[in-house]
Order: sequence, then C-alpha cells, then structure tokens
Amino acid sequence: MDKKKLYIRNLTDGTTDINLQLELLAGEKGLDKEICVGDVNRPGLSLAGFFDFFAFSRIQLFGLGETAYMRNISDKQMKEMLETFFSYDILCCVFTHDVKPNQIFIELANAKNIPTFVSRYSTTRFISLWTHAVEQYFAQEMTIHGSLVDVFGVGVLLLGKSGVGKSECALELIEKGHRLVADDVVEIQKIDELFLFGTAAEIIRHHMEIRGLGIINVREIYGIGSVRNRKRIDIIVMLEEWDETKEYDRLGLDELKYTILDIDLSYITVPVRPGRNIPILIETAALNHRLKKMGTNSARELDLKIKDIVSKE
Amino acid sequence: MVEDIVYINSDAGVHARPAMMLVRTAMKYPCEVFFIKDDVEANAKSIMGVLALAITKGSKLIIRAHGGNEEEAVHELVSLIQNDFKEEDKIKV
Repeated sequence: MDKKKLYIRNLTDGTTDINLQLELLAGEKGLDKEICVGDVNRPGLSLAGFFDFFAFSRIQLFGLGETAYMRNISDKQMKEMLETFFSYDILCCVFTHDVKPNQIFIELANAKNIPTFVSRYSTTRFISLWTHAVEQYFAQEMTIHGSLVDVFGVGVLLLGKSGVGKSECALELIEKGHRLVADDVVEIQKIDELFLFGTAAEIIRHHMEIRGLGIINVREIYGIGSVRNRKRIDIIVMLEEWDETKEYDRLGLDELKYTILDIDLSYITVPVRPGRNIPILIETAALNHRLKKMGTNSARELDLKIKDIVSKE
Repeated sequence: MVEDIVYINSDAGVHARPAMMLVRTAMKYPCEVFFIKDDVEANAKSIMGVLALAITKGSKLIIRAHGGNEEEAVHELVSLIQNDFKEEDKIKV
C-alpha cells in the first residue's frame, strides 16, 4: 500500500480528523505543498538572523516570543528579515494564541505563496496536538483476519484458519463477560513505533457471524458492557487443529514472538480438539500475561525452585 | 496465483445476500481467496470480511486466489459477479 500523503490543504478542508483550529491568513496558492515530517520549528533564531540548521521544511510556529520580537523591530528591518526568511522554501507558518501577524508579513507571505495560519491554541498545546495528529495520520496500518477480544484488560488477538472456531471462542468469551473489539476483520494501527491498536471496520462494528446463527449484533444482545471500539493488542493466540505429530509447549519457559508491522508480541499456540475448553485457556493465558507483566513468571519461578532442590544433592 | 479484475454492476451493491453467495462460492474451493478493493484486502471466505469492504455499484474488485483449484475459483466468482449474482442452481433453504 502506498504511503498516505498529507497536504497543507488537508489541515483545514475537513478531509482528515485533524482539527487544529486553523484560520488561513495568506498564501492560499501554496496549499498544495506536501507535509512530509511531523516536526515543528520555532523560527526565533532565524528571525534574529541566524540561519544555520534552519529547518525550513517543517511547519514554522510563531509563538508569543516570535510575534513580540517582530513587533519590536522597525518595518525596514522586518522587510529585510522576512526577505531572507522567505527565500527558503518554507512549508507553512502558524501563529498561535490567536495573535495575527502584521500587514508586511501577510503581503510577503502572499507574494511568496507561503500558507500562513493563525490558531487559537497556545504554542505548547499546538505542538502536542500537531505531533499527535500527524503521527496518527502517518501510522502504519493493516487489516488482519482474526478476532480481537479484551480479556481482563489484556488485548487478545485470536488468529487461525477459517473455520477453526475463532468467532465461537470470541462469543464464549463475551458470554463470560469479556469485551469484543473486532471479529473476522481487525484493522491494526501502529502507534509511536511501540504499540499496535486494533479496531473493527466501522461498517461491521460489534457484529459477528456465527455459523448456524448468521449475523448477530453483540452490542444489542449482550449490552454495551460487552463491546469496546479500540484496544491495544497484547498477546496473540493462534488456534489450530490438534496435530498429533506436533510438539506443543509444555513448560512455557520460552516466550515466543509473533511480529506484526515490525512489533513483537507474545505468542502462544492453542491446539483445538473437541472437549477442550478453549475460552478458559485464553482467560488463563491473559491472566498469566498480566502476572508476567507484574513481575511473576510462574514457569520460571517453579523452575528455579526445582533447580534449587535438585542441585542440593 | 491467479488474479482477475471485475466491476460490480448490481444497483444494490454487495449487501448481505450477495456477500453470502460470494462466500459460499469461495468456500467450495480449497484455495485461499481474497477480494481487494481500494488496496484493502478481505478474506473471501468470511462474510464479515466481504461486508466490511462496502462494495458499491461501480466498485473495482480484484479477485486473487492461490492454492488448489485457484483458476476455477476465480472464474466462478467473476462470472457470479458479472451475472449480477443470479445463480442458475439456487440453493434451497
């Protein structure tokens, strides 16, 4: 999939979720420039005439300091300074605190086609909103065939072949009081290069297809407490048909990893066969994951205890 | 791997019944089948997956299959869509 593109135009045209309370003041012709980085630059040093390391390809953020500086210089100095400033291929300028620049700035920005906005937010607030919005916009995404359930606060992604019983297992977990995030189609988004968040496709959210029953609305049947919209994925549970020839983990000493969008997640394989109560295994796997996160690894601790005893001979 | 492109003609788009017909057809074959619309991929053997694609009239759909009987699977799905989901042998319920 091609990388998503973001243009300055998109900040105000309502085509994205980004809402930074921007009002365009000048440079309308430059709106088609592409935003490539989510970093910001405070142009204080450049305004004072120091242009080494000038990050002109970032959004230029004029806070109270910058506007105060520009108020304190003469019109002549202002013009000279802006001539040099705008000679760089500046992405766009944003004035915060709802403080608008003077006419000289507006005229030059129009002449050079540098989009210039004013925002109601304070500078720090703007930076955090901007960074978050751009990060979210450029987050890597993918869809995966599986079910995502919140079990005791642990995001469990059930994977496995069609017909192995992912949906039935998810349904039984819901029945036990856990929460469905997505069934069959899980949209995954990578946030901050650290976490994966899963959600359902909007159109089929909180619905499931159960063979023999058809399509059901989980939210209507089990109530609002049985669903949630978004959940961080913590562990992967692979359901597979019991294979006599395969060795399944009997100790749990080695932690296996499953990689999605370059993020490693704890991974367990649960073999399915009639009479095995899979939901209870998944509940236990989720609790065990929490226990590990809180510093207790049952398998390792028992192993240490046994090592201690058997080595005393 | 076999791939074909097809456009949806039926006015109502792919709602629950046509989705079921697509899934039923895909299920007949052992191969893995995927529908791809606007770069979004869905498992053709999953009703929810197909519904989530929100396939409207005029949508361009890529049908991709790999595995056993991939040729036949893609061919039958394409003709099902081209015939606006009119099956000759209706399954009685």
